[in-house]
Amino acid sequence: MDVATFLVQCLNSVQYGLLLFLVASGLTLIFGIMGVINLAHGSFYMLGAYLAFSLAPAFGDQFLLMLATGVLLSAVFGYLLEWAFFSFLYQREHLQQVLMTYALILVFEELRSILVGNDVHGVKVPPWLDGSFSLGGLMSYPWYRLFASAACVLLAVALYLVVNRTRLGMMIRAGASNRDMVRGLGIDVTRLYRIVFAGGVALAALAGMIAAPMSSVYPGMGGSVLIVCFVVVVIGGIGSITGALIASLLVGFVDTFGKVFFAELSGMGIYVLMAIILIWRPEGLLGRKT
Amino acid sequence: MNRLTPRTLVAAATLALIAPLAAAQGAKLKVGFMLPYSGTFSALGNAIENGFRLQVAEQGGKLAGREIEFVKVDDESDPAKATDNVNKLIKRDNVDVIVGTVHSGVAMAMARAAKESGTMLIVPNAGADAVTGPMCAPHIFRTSFSNWQNAYAMGAVVAKQEKKKKAITITWKYAAGEEMQNAFKEGFEKEGGEVVKTLTLPFPNVEFQALLTEIAAAKPDAVFAFFAGGGAVKFVKDYAAAGLNKTIPLYGPGFLTDGTLEAQGDTAQGMLTTLHYADNLNTPRDNAFRLAYAKTYKLQPDVYAVQGYDAAQVLAIGLTAVKGDISKKAEFAAAVEKAKIDSPRGAFTLSKAHNPVQDIYLRKVDGKENKVVGVAAKALADPARGCKL
Repeated sequence: MDVATFLVQCLNSVQYGLLLFLVASGLTLIFGIMGVINLAHGSFYMLGAYLAFSLAPAFGDQFLLMLATGVLLSAVFGYLLEWAFFSFLYQREHLQQVLMTYALILVFEELRSILVGNDVHGVKVPPWLDGSFSLGGLMSYPWYRLFASAACVLLAVALYLVVNRTRLGMMIRAGASNRDMVRGLGIDVTRLYRIVFAGGVALAALAGMIAAPMSSVYPGMGGSVLIVCFVVVVIGGIGSITGALIASLLVGFVDTFGKVFFAELSGMGIYVLMAIILIWRPEGLLGRKT
Repeated sequence: MNRLTPRTLVAAATLALIAPLAAAQGAKLKVGFMLPYSGTFSALGNAIENGFRLQVAEQGGKLAGREIEFVKVDDESDPAKATDNVNKLIKRDNVDVIVGTVHSGVAMAMARAAKESGTMLIVPNAGADAVTGPMCAPHIFRTSFSNWQNAYAMGAVVAKQEKKKKAITITWKYAAGEEMQNAFKEGFEKEGGEVVKTLTLPFPNVEFQALLTEIAAAKPDAVFAFFAGGGAVKFVKDYAAAGLNKTIPLYGPGFLTDGTLEAQGDTAQGMLTTLHYADNLNTPRDNAFRLAYAKTYKLQPDVYAVQGYDAAQVLAIGLTAVKGDISKKAEFAAAVEKAKIDSPRGAFTLSKAHNPVQDIYLRKVDGKENKVVGVAAKALADPARGCKL
């Protein structure tokens, strides 16, 4: 492998990792702070992709406006979903959480089938991001992929600032370490959870919307993402946003170079990575010891 | 006035279940559809059933004078449930013929069960080579294709007609992908080409970027790809986005561009693929079929509908020869083997192993259609490796 190819592969890794981060960050927030195993998280990613597909014709060139609308819609959806279903799960065992969120996957898939059908759909790249640039004569790289990476970086920074620099972020972090103490201090935990959950859903949906023009929109697209995201969350340490970022990039690199060098075993790569890290640090890279 | 209590509901449901059983004691021929009616492949399952029913309707609702009764099982394209599902048809419903299915893994389980019980099986899609290879049997038929056929034909065309020397193949690492990869290699290398690299990624992973970079670095003359559904759409789009479609032509079996052109948009234009059916055959037989199908179902037929239609034709031919007595399996098979099946795709015969001996079309993507540009292989027969018939 020459240097140019190597660099392009690094770019591929970072780009894949960043997109994973966007989905996984929502999952780690919900998982870490609310203690709910949310198998339906992949469905929110799918929801985003299908939102992009159905909103795109109405918004035309206004891609960013479409993203904003989609985020708003999915946040409202998440808020209602928490109120209707998830708020009953916090005191329950993990098995019950898994059962209900798995049921939600089935419901969402069926709804998708009824509302949009089972066909594969494409979402057009907005005209101002169409086209590609040449990478040292090797291949061309679409501008949209670069845009997607930039958007993910921007969101990572924004997320970091919210969690570490705002009052809401302080409550979220406190809620993650000691739920009862936060409640004791007079903070409305019910509302806090609802907001966090809505935020997590919105993040996953946003990832789905950003990914839609690259990956197309198809039935069952949430399932594959979900599993990788759980790997990311476990590697990064449950509830840690920074950990999720590092883990996403690690997974991106292992997956990309695994496919290149160990094609036969590439399906195992990220799980081997997870196993190694869990042996070394059972709580994940940046997780707290329990 | 009775109130609707759970008990009355249960009683009603039981009656509803028993009623068809009682009716089945007559001389009706029981056909069991085991097809995907839910999940990703549900559209394919419905198309197959539609095609089958259309042919039965054209025969006046009867085959060889016997009325047909249909039983349906949703196989969910889940190999883990396949044996249970097929046994429902064989043991519970006692069907005379099983028709199914789309997913190769499920079809293999069905073939195994059919072989053990001796129930007749007609496979209207699943392309696993083994169904008409090691699993072949006198009472197992296939009206679709083997994975080998389409990929082998493409390999020969890419080397001979397109004059490419070095190719890379890329697919998911699973049975169908590997069968096609090997068959392409066989056809391509027989005509003097060389497959320099075989790339795979785990099913159903769709992160192609790393492997596209490998292709760009290796600079082959041609790429042969097999993916289906969402994977097919994404691969063709990613390939174009990487600018590779301008320098290295992409080829594949027809599934790469069948039913996916809407989503692939401009990125698939001009691509060559091979399949045993195409959108504009424009033969009187195909036109008549398409018209009848569109009239009946208010839908355009596809290759899956054709395969279902032909499954019913095979059943009709065999049944007529044995005068409706389906227990005469040897005579049934002999009649089908001798027959020419008048398919919308073009007439074909069945080989000794009961796989279609058929023309494989070379098709080019033009707008929203896969248009025929020629015949990639004439009357191509699957080698039926491992079949002892």
